[in-house]
Amino acid sequence: MIWNSMSDFWHMGGYGLYVWGSVGVSVVVLVWEQVALKKRTEAILRSLRRRARAEKMDRELA
Amino acid sequence: MSHRLINWFKLSSPYSFYPLAGRMIPWFWALTAVFGVIGLYVGFFVAPTDATQGDSYRIIFIHVPASWLSMFIYIIMAFWAGMGMAFNTRLSSMWALSLAPTGALMAFLSLWTGALWGKPTWGTWWVWDARLTSELILLFLYLGFMALHAAIDEPRRADRAAAVLALVGVVNVPIIYFSVKWWNTLHQGSSVSLTKAPSMAQTMLWGMLLMALCFWMYSIAAALKRLRAIILEREAHTDWVLRLPEATA
Repeated sequence: MIWNSMSDFWHMGGYGLYVWGSVGVSVVVLVWEQVALKKRTEAILRSLRRRARAEKMDRELA
Repeated sequence: MSHRLINWFKLSSPYSFYPLAGRMIPWFWALTAVFGVIGLYVGFFVAPTDATQGDSYRIIFIHVPASWLSMFIYIIMAFWAGMGMAFNTRLSSMWALSLAPTGALMAFLSLWTGALWGKPTWGTWWVWDARLTSELILLFLYLGFMALHAAIDEPRRADRAAAVLALVGVVNVPIIYFSVKWWNTLHQGSSVSLTKAPSMAQTMLWGMLLMALCFWMYSIAAALKRLRAIILEREAHTDWVLRLPEATA
């Protein structure tokens, strides 16, 4: 093990802000991309379902 | 041979690729997790502290994979955009469109982690040198590709216009790659060379390669997921989309 303690690990030899700033922003950006993708997929599926319901109603009324 | 050809043509239609992409995504997520866990473990718990840069060098485990992927994804994006333009295949252009945002994020992460690495090692967040400037141009090329595509209403026309931009921009990729050789720059030379023995510790190299694989698998998973959304959006008028169980329930 190259770290003596947990705080040693977070400290990163004095470069903690730079190292964790890189890792943290990377994680945030990638998670954000996945959330945006999930929303985009749900939006198009919602509109497709709405259309399917509308067409079903049209058929039932006709 | 003819049998295989038919299969390839079949897979190049959005109709048959949509379910296939759905089945592939979990596998790429699994690979992302495996490479990510091992890569981060090697990078943060096995690789030793660097003699000259201390622990600031550990940014390399994000910076180099993001930079590689930003260039690699651009080439693949331009390839599919070009295929879509040359052969008028819908799925090719959708591929290009699905890769652009992930590539832009990789370019952003490359610049962001580069700035955070530059500050402690060079004493500055940013310099207008060849490597950094050409990577910034790469980010703008991605953003330009997406903006141009979004600005044109008719999708097939948008595909063609954006493809021209993507193909012209390919010129920038070798400029980024060779910039550290062609110009004097603050940026260090290539971390990995095919012709020279590696200049860094074995464990550092392994951590970097594992993280590169992790980013690569992530990019494929993200692009496949976006591709499925784009297929639904652009094929919303077709019977097969309207008959999908997830679109009718």
